[in-house]
Amino acid sequence: MLSNINEYLASDIEKTLGKDRISVIESTDPVSIKISTSDLIPLLNLLKSNKLYDFKTLIDIFGVDYPSNSKRFEVNYSLLSIKHNYRVNLKIEVAEDEEVPSIVGMYNAAGWFEREVWDMYGVKFTGNSDLRRILTDYEFEGHPLRKDFPLTGHKEVRYDFEKKKIEYKDITLTQEYRNFDFKSPWKGTQYKIQKEPEKTEEKQ
Amino acid sequence: MTKKEITINFGAQYSVTQGVLKLILEMDGEVIQKVDPHIGLLHRGTEKLIEHKTYLQAVPYFDRLDYVSPMSQEHAFALAVEKLLKCDVPIRAQYIRVLFSELTRISNHCLNVSSNAIAVGTTTPSQWLSEQREKIMQFYEEVSGSRMHANYFRPGGVAQDLPEGLLERIEKFTHGFVKTLADVEGLLNENRIWKQRLVDIGIVEPQDAIDRAFTGPMLRGSGVPWDLRKARPYDVYDKVLFDIPVGKHGDCYDRYLVRVEEMYQSIRIIKQCINSMPNGAIKTLDCKVSPPPCTEMKESIETMIHHFKLCTEGYSVPGGEVYSAVEAPKGEFGVYLISNGENKPYRCKIRAPGFAHLQALDFIAKGHTLADLTAIIGNLDLTLGEIDR
Repeated sequence: MLSNINEYLASDIEKTLGKDRISVIESTDPVSIKISTSDLIPLLNLLKSNKLYDFKTLIDIFGVDYPSNSKRFEVNYSLLSIKHNYRVNLKIEVAEDEEVPSIVGMYNAAGWFEREVWDMYGVKFTGNSDLRRILTDYEFEGHPLRKDFPLTGHKEVRYDFEKKKIEYKDITLTQEYRNFDFKSPWKGTQYKIQKEPEKTEEKQ
Repeated sequence: MTKKEITINFGAQYSVTQGVLKLILEMDGEVIQKVDPHIGLLHRGTEKLIEHKTYLQAVPYFDRLDYVSPMSQEHAFALAVEKLLKCDVPIRAQYIRVLFSELTRISNHCLNVSSNAIAVGTTTPSQWLSEQREKIMQFYEEVSGSRMHANYFRPGGVAQDLPEGLLERIEKFTHGFVKTLADVEGLLNENRIWKQRLVDIGIVEPQDAIDRAFTGPMLRGSGVPWDLRKARPYDVYDKVLFDIPVGKHGDCYDRYLVRVEEMYQSIRIIKQCINSMPNGAIKTLDCKVSPPPCTEMKESIETMIHHFKLCTEGYSVPGGEVYSAVEAPKGEFGVYLISNGENKPYRCKIRAPGFAHLQALDFIAKGHTLADLTAIIGNLDLTLGEIDR
C-alpha cells in the first residue's frame, strides 16, 4: 500500500500541470485534491494511466451546492485504485453558467454519474452526448438538490379520473412547511408566519 | 431477407427487478441492439430529505433504499457519522452489526438467486429460499420490531440489545439453512437448463468490470478479488475468518456461484460472531450521541435533559467530509457525508452499487437475445429503490 502516495502525487502533478495548480485537503477522508476545471482531464489521465496510482475505477461523481460561494457548485470525482487499495477525491469548483468537460471517454461509468449531476444541480458536461435527465420525471423543471429548491417541490401529480389523464398542478400545501430552528432552542424560537407574497416568490 | 428493427417497451413493472424499471429496447429481430434504461420511477428524493433531517432521523431512509438488504445500508451511514464524531463503538455492538450484516447478505442473496431462477423459469428455489428469508426477517423483528425497515444500526452502536435466546435461534437457523442451500445447489448447479441459460451469458471481462465501476459479486464474478471487508475492514471484520470467492469467466453462472459461496462464507462469519460475542454495552456511553437508558430517566435530571435534547435537537456533528463504504450484498454502498457542524447533514451523497451495474446493462446485453435479457437482469441484482434513491 502506498501510504506516502500524496508526496509522489504532489511532485508528479507539479511536473504535469505546473506549480501551484492544486491544493491538497488532508482533513477529508479520503484525501481531496482541489483543482481547476481545465486541469481535470490531464490530472485524470495521470492518475489513471500511471502505474504508481492506477485509479482505474471511478466510484462516483457528485455535486455539492454552496450558494454563498462565487463559484457555486462543487463537483467531486471519487476515484478508487483497486491495485493499491487507495482512494482519492478530486474537487472542482464550477460557476452556475460554467461547463465541465465530460470524462465519459476516459471512464465508461461516468455517463450516468454526469447525468445525475446535471439532473440534480444543472451543471453541464461538454462532450457527454447523452445528457438527459435521469432520476426526475420527464419534463421536470428545476434542479432539485440545489439549496434554493424547496423541499416540497413546485408541482404535484395526480391522475384525473374524469379527463382520464395525468395532471400536473402547482403544489398547494394545507400546512406551511415547518422548518424548526434548532440552533438556539433555549433562546426561544421565533415563529415566523410566512406572508403570501413571499410564497409566490418562492414558486418562481 | 430484410432487417426488421423493432423498439420494445420493457417494463415498467417486471417481476425480476425489485421495483419499477423501464427499458427501451432496440431490437434486430430477436437480438438486442441497444438497451436504454429509464430509471427514476421510484425516486423519492432521499438525499434532499436527509439534508432536512437530523442525523438520527436520517437512518430510516437508508432502510428504504435497498429494501432487500436494509441493515447493510444503515451500517454505511452509521460508520460515516461515527467517523465524523470520532465516536468509539463498543465491541459487542460491532459484533452484533457484523452478525446482522451477514444475515442481511444471506437474505439478499436468497432473494437474488430465487428471482434469477424465476426469470429463467423455475420456481422451486424461490419457495425454499423464501422460507429461509422469512426466518431472517423474524430475527430482524426480534431485534428491531420491524421485519424489513429495521432502523437498528444507529450511529454509536445499535438500537437495543439482542433478546434472550436469539443467538441460539440464529445458530439453529444456520444448520437448517446450509441444508436448504445445498438442496438449492443440487437443483441448479448441474441443471442442464439452468446452465444453458446462464453459462456464457453476459460475460464481463475484468478490465471492463473495473472500468464500469462494478463492485461486489459483479466484480468478483469477473475474477477481481476485491472485497471491502478485507480491503478496508470495518467493525470486527478483521477478527473473523472468511474467504472471498471469485469467478473465472465473468458470466452469469459464475456470478451465481459467487453469490452461493458468499452465503456459505456468511454462515461461517455468523457462527464465529455467535461464538465470540462478548458481553457489554451495545451503544456508545457518550450520552451526547446516544440516549441514556430509560430506567434512569425518572431518577436523574441530566438523563432527562440528555433525552430531551437528543429527541428534539439531535446532536451536532463536527464539520468535515468523510466517505465511508461497506461491502453491501450488492456491492460497494457508500455514503459521502458533508457536515457543517450543525445537527443536519449539509450533503449526504449515497453511492448505490446498482446504479453503476444498471448503467452497464446496455454493454452486457448487447448482442444477446430478448430471453437472455431477463436472465441478465435477474443476475445483476438490481433493486430500484437504491438506484433511484
